[in-house]
Amino acid sequence: MNDVLIKFILSAGTLLIVFGIAGLLTWVERKQSALMQDRIGANRATIFGFKAMGLFHIFADVLKMLSKEEFIPEGANKFLFNLAPYLSITFALVGFAAIPIGGELVLNGHAIQLQAANLNIALIYIFAMMSMGIYGVVLAGFSSNNNYAFLGGIRGAAQMISYEITMAAAITGVIMVFNTLDLQMLDRAQGAYMFGGWIPKWGVFVQPLSFLLFLTAAAAETKRIPFDLPEGESEIIGYFVEYSGMKFGMFFMADLVETVLVAALMTTLFLGGWQVPYLHPDGFYFPWGGHMALSNLPVVILGVLSFFIKVSFFIWTLMAVRWTFPRFRYDQLMNLGWKILLPASLVNIAITAVVIIFLR
Amino acid sequence: MTQRRSMLLNVGPSHPAMHGVIRIIMELDGEKIKGADVEIGYLHRAFEKMCETVMYSQCFPYTDRLNYVSPLINNAGFALAVEKLLGIDIPERAQYIRVIMSEISRVTDHLTCIGATAMEMGAMTAFLYMIKAREFLYELIEEITGARLTISYVRIGGVKADLTQGFADRAFQKIAKVRKVLIEADEMLTRNRIFSDRMKDIGKISPEDAIAYGITGPFLRSTGVSYDVRKASPYLIYDKLEFEVPLGSKGDNLDRYFVRMAEMEQSLRIIEQCFVQIPDGEIACGLTGEVIPAAQMVDRAKMGETEELIEDEVALDPTLQGSTRKYHDAIYAHKKDVVLPAKENTYGNIEGLMNHFKLVMYGHGIQPPVGETYFPVEGANGELGFYIVSDGRDQPWRVRVHPPCFAIMAALPKCLIGGMMADLIPTFGSVNMIAGELDR
Repeated sequence: MNDVLIKFILSAGTLLIVFGIAGLLTWVERKQSALMQDRIGANRATIFGFKAMGLFHIFADVLKMLSKEEFIPEGANKFLFNLAPYLSITFALVGFAAIPIGGELVLNGHAIQLQAANLNIALIYIFAMMSMGIYGVVLAGFSSNNNYAFLGGIRGAAQMISYEITMAAAITGVIMVFNTLDLQMLDRAQGAYMFGGWIPKWGVFVQPLSFLLFLTAAAAETKRIPFDLPEGESEIIGYFVEYSGMKFGMFFMADLVETVLVAALMTTLFLGGWQVPYLHPDGFYFPWGGHMALSNLPVVILGVLSFFIKVSFFIWTLMAVRWTFPRFRYDQLMNLGWKILLPASLVNIAITAVVIIFLR
Repeated sequence: MTQRRSMLLNVGPSHPAMHGVIRIIMELDGEKIKGADVEIGYLHRAFEKMCETVMYSQCFPYTDRLNYVSPLINNAGFALAVEKLLGIDIPERAQYIRVIMSEISRVTDHLTCIGATAMEMGAMTAFLYMIKAREFLYELIEEITGARLTISYVRIGGVKADLTQGFADRAFQKIAKVRKVLIEADEMLTRNRIFSDRMKDIGKISPEDAIAYGITGPFLRSTGVSYDVRKASPYLIYDKLEFEVPLGSKGDNLDRYFVRMAEMEQSLRIIEQCFVQIPDGEIACGLTGEVIPAAQMVDRAKMGETEELIEDEVALDPTLQGSTRKYHDAIYAHKKDVVLPAKENTYGNIEGLMNHFKLVMYGHGIQPPVGETYFPVEGANGELGFYIVSDGRDQPWRVRVHPPCFAIMAALPKCLIGGMMADLIPTFGSVNMIAGELDR
């Protein structure tokens, strides 16, 4: 009974945090782009004269989306048309269940893993869920009875399938090094140190090429510039061209949730997840010989903080990329995916295998 | 048996990249463009017909709305055509001012074109950098003309107002800022692999085809044909200025982008030279009197005190600043049947007042001799020509504009067919279609 309650609280907490971050991202996106472009950014929405740096725009947006007319185009397949946005957002959200947001918390003698679902095939589960997200895009494109949406659907399917393969191939190296698919185990394994204890054994240090490949493929997975071909707002307007109101909002949120998911995944795989450099379960052990003892609770809190700081860093990176680059063309995207990224990730697997056998 | 059909896609007019004024019906095979049919005319305002219904000087507000991104060039073009019809020359200072303003406009036009192309390709930041640079130049234009977009600044026989005090210094500061932004944009776009890959070898046109279609401007020069009206048949004082005509070689989108980037630098160079060469305007002698408000001057003139007013200067509404006697001779041709008198004369004596009325009243006005003329200027998109027929009245009998993007739009399907759907964006962007001048 207690375990079920704990799991429930963890799941609800994760969901709320993810929704909170994704909502906040609409604001971050506006403000960060404004900063990059010498503008002020959103600052109009007020509540009783308080502007809160434009934070109220999040509520204004939601209110606007909820109060808009739900439009279903003539000739559309109503069932699939209504289903598509739910598929998109659901599969983006459930992926978070397997992401560890912190280490092991001991409460009243209970050891709690800060992870909604403690799966031993967490990585495969997340990839499966991300792949399922394609259905939202494809169904939206095909059921809208609109040529633009149709083009967007085709593009989305082709793009996400090609990049999923690269993504999986890219992290195979990481799996080989750490020898596990369990993300909690993976994070724990990244707590080891190399080169006399100075450099943590994070994925980015042991698999730098894999990191770069995954970053690129993951950016493509979020369907945002420079990989926003399914959307391409000045080109084909996108697979969700016929959607309005909150259903459009769901697609919009799904992109942002995916951004968070991809950032969390990169943190977990390549930056040690909740690991803080030199922090062990019983406190800091510095490579220059110092030691600072800490109890379980501060260690876990520091871990959770570290996780979210790393996630924010990746989100910031993805946003900066999104506001800097122009978009790829369809054939260029395919060339990049199949002719550069996939061979490179296969080469990475081969090199990793050779090195592992050599070191054994 | 499978049946193979191509998809007809109706792009525009309510499509984000079509600016609301163009419709392209495309035949797609997957993402490949098999056919394209361009439909224009969504912004037709009957410019030419409207010009036939008003006096020559009243056409200027209409010309503002031709190429609304560089209206000063349109103004100058129309004025030059009428002046050719009238057979008059304008003072050198006015010519320099027209060149300065035209070149500023050319830079704003190219900035808008490149920025909008980048934005439609997804690089929003580059667009806003370009718009920031354009804003610096708009501030200069605003300072001289009093308006940002619909400026109506040029007059037949001169320009509306002289340059303001210390304008050259401010212009040099702004030019330095614009150059900085251009370097930033260059780093963001030219060195961006995605951008150059998307522009390279896309929307190609051969020099022969370009000439056959009658294309001019950066679009033609990108194919390697050196034709610039400013060099081929110099007008105003372009023959006194040193500048190069940047040329491309392949005639693709990337070359057009490079040509525009290089042209902006040349235009800035021209502006700098103009400020060095421009002759002094103000006349220092004679104006020893006091400055009195316009209404007071009119009242005193009515009482017959015209003798005492000869030395005085009139204090004017800001919109009329720069058209007093102090500046008048340097910026207007010395032709009483074409040019409005200085404001002191209008307010201060009956001859000036009559002169003013003779020019603004219907049936009087500027009356060029019977005849026809064509005058081309180098617009931002290419050769912008005005063909005017006069029957001796104060209204044109016929006005015809040679709009540079008309020919380019005719060639657009040729550039598009064979490419990808996504190539529509950079190719159409590099045309720099301005519907105001295209549809007139």
